[in-house]
Amino acid sequence: MARLTRRDFVRAGAAAATLPMLGTAARAEGKLKIGFIFLGPIGDYGWTWAHNKGREAIDAALGDKVETIYTENVPEDASAEGAIRDLCNAGCKLIFTTSYGYMDQTLKVAGEFPDVKFEHCTGFKRADNVSTYNSKFHEGRAVLGTIAGMMSKSGTLGYLGSFKVPEVVLGVNSFALSAQRKNPAATVKLVMIDSWFDPPKEAAATDTLINLGCDIVTTHTDSPAALQILEQKGLYGFGQGADMSAFAPNAHLTAIEDIWGPYYISRAQAVLDGTWVSADTWDGFKEGTVVIAPYNAAVPADVAAEADKIQAGYKDGSFNIFTGPILDQDGNEKVKAGEVMADADLAVIDWFVKGVESAS
Amino acid sequence: MGFDVIASFMTIVGLSTPILLAGLGEMITEKSGVLNLGVEGMMLLGAIGGFAAGVLTHNPWLAVVCAAAAGAMGGLLFGVFTLSLNSNQTATGLALTIFGTGLSSLLGLSFTGMIVMPFGSVFPVALARHPILQIIFGYSPIVYFALIMVPLVAWFLRSTRAGLILRAVGENDRSAHSLGYNVILVRYSAIAFGGAMAGIAGAYFSLVITPMWAERMTAGRGWIALALVVFAGWKAGRLLVGAYLFGVLMWLELFAKAGGFGDVLPVAQIIPSQFWAAMPFIMTVVVLAIISSRDKGGDNAPACLGKPFLPTG
Repeated sequence: MARLTRRDFVRAGAAAATLPMLGTAARAEGKLKIGFIFLGPIGDYGWTWAHNKGREAIDAALGDKVETIYTENVPEDASAEGAIRDLCNAGCKLIFTTSYGYMDQTLKVAGEFPDVKFEHCTGFKRADNVSTYNSKFHEGRAVLGTIAGMMSKSGTLGYLGSFKVPEVVLGVNSFALSAQRKNPAATVKLVMIDSWFDPPKEAAATDTLINLGCDIVTTHTDSPAALQILEQKGLYGFGQGADMSAFAPNAHLTAIEDIWGPYYISRAQAVLDGTWVSADTWDGFKEGTVVIAPYNAAVPADVAAEADKIQAGYKDGSFNIFTGPILDQDGNEKVKAGEVMADADLAVIDWFVKGVESAS
Repeated sequence: MGFDVIASFMTIVGLSTPILLAGLGEMITEKSGVLNLGVEGMMLLGAIGGFAAGVLTHNPWLAVVCAAAAGAMGGLLFGVFTLSLNSNQTATGLALTIFGTGLSSLLGLSFTGMIVMPFGSVFPVALARHPILQIIFGYSPIVYFALIMVPLVAWFLRSTRAGLILRAVGENDRSAHSLGYNVILVRYSAIAFGGAMAGIAGAYFSLVITPMWAERMTAGRGWIALALVVFAGWKAGRLLVGAYLFGVLMWLELFAKAGGFGDVLPVAQIIPSQFWAAMPFIMTVVVLAIISSRDKGGDNAPACLGKPFLPTG
């Protein structure tokens, strides 16, 4: 009688770990094969969910000219390298690596596969076959900050962050500056939970922020956990990455939706046409990459009007929240009155503005 | 600016309850001599099982029962391999975690984006929502269940015949076998209990803290529960203390990050929050070191822990 040994289990485990890829890896001659590396599960209803929508948009737009495959739950460590290489070996000619933490891994694998085009999301290192692309989420944060600044009774706002990377720092600063335009005394309490996706921790951190006096909490992590806590407490918050109102019909004031589809389709088309070149793309409201979800009925008309003004200002280029004077946390002037921070400076920002309360 | 002690305590209860539940279950499993590293997988099975039942039946109580059943099923599957087929417990437990993660994600696909009816309060709303008394009456029924299980498990192990048999099986399976006890059956029962408790712990996430389904939503709490059992030295009372200690540390990390010490205790604000985050694991290692350095007698670990039972003759 066959006995199962430890080795069999290790083997079975290893096989199980690669199953998600085998499931979608099909052979197709002549089709452009496009791979995606996803940070979280596609069902996170936030960041990865939005990227997966972008992937589906490629399928819908380019039909049988392309074939898309993806690997989800890829950690931002050395193992990402293997996951990216697997996509190359599976025949992908265009690969989207959809999180900041895949930066060096993407460049390393790109060096090994010069005929494969890579697109790294939110990063800043490029190569001949590596483009970077990002979305100006902070433009959306300016809308949220405006709403929060006008609607908060305590003037103490909570910001549930993930890691201190430029994208999050920009979000925090944009949110705080926008709130302070409406309520100069507004402060933002910041908690970084060292994870993009940890619902129990997101929930407990939201509890803690509320406990310290925050009556509106915005999230820069990927699950609707914070919104559910706010819903239970009768407070307000915002969705991240996607419209999360289903999870918190009362608490969800609005959300920043990430719309990646148009960009993904254009890049896939460029590869099909042979016109793909390495580039750095940073789109926002204007290009339709950042979209604000419908406002909750709880948002008063005057607040909604102000929020619309910010959106309109970004669309016609007349508004930029990173216009001086801007002071840092210690009160040093970082941007002089009337000056506007350049995109290049924003992309590497590592300091918080005045009124942001953060600990290590 | 102050902070609300009652609200903080209630956050800590929320952090402690799932690891207490899963820890109690795993402790019983380990007391029978079986090391099941699949706690995380069973929690996720319970989380999706309970959530699915909650969506379909709109009955949170039934949902918890289904969560327990889903966790127990995961445990029994582990039992089939380790007890009936004598596979390696460590590897099988890890496989169960991978399996539970994958299966829960698959089953959860059709439940993503839904919400469930939350539990009503077991106590009158006047008590459950009272600004001060809510510290006693304001929790989900699962919290009270977890607290009641602590003395029950302790009493079961210490004072009942069944508990004695369970311990005998864990300490010396051959002797228990030669005395006529059914070692395999006892271990199956212990594993099923452990699975059911892990399942309820999972349901605490998907039904109580954040009433939704998200893949991998337990985010590693099963591993903390495993550490907790060792930290507690396989004793129910210490497990309770340990669960709340771990809960306090998890809360301290967030509290420190939010600048909560700011005005209350500025000195503590200097301690990096990573220190608090690492503490449960550091403390577990320290306790392990203390246990293993002590003389015989202080060691409470079941002697047969992790060893397969092969009846001979």
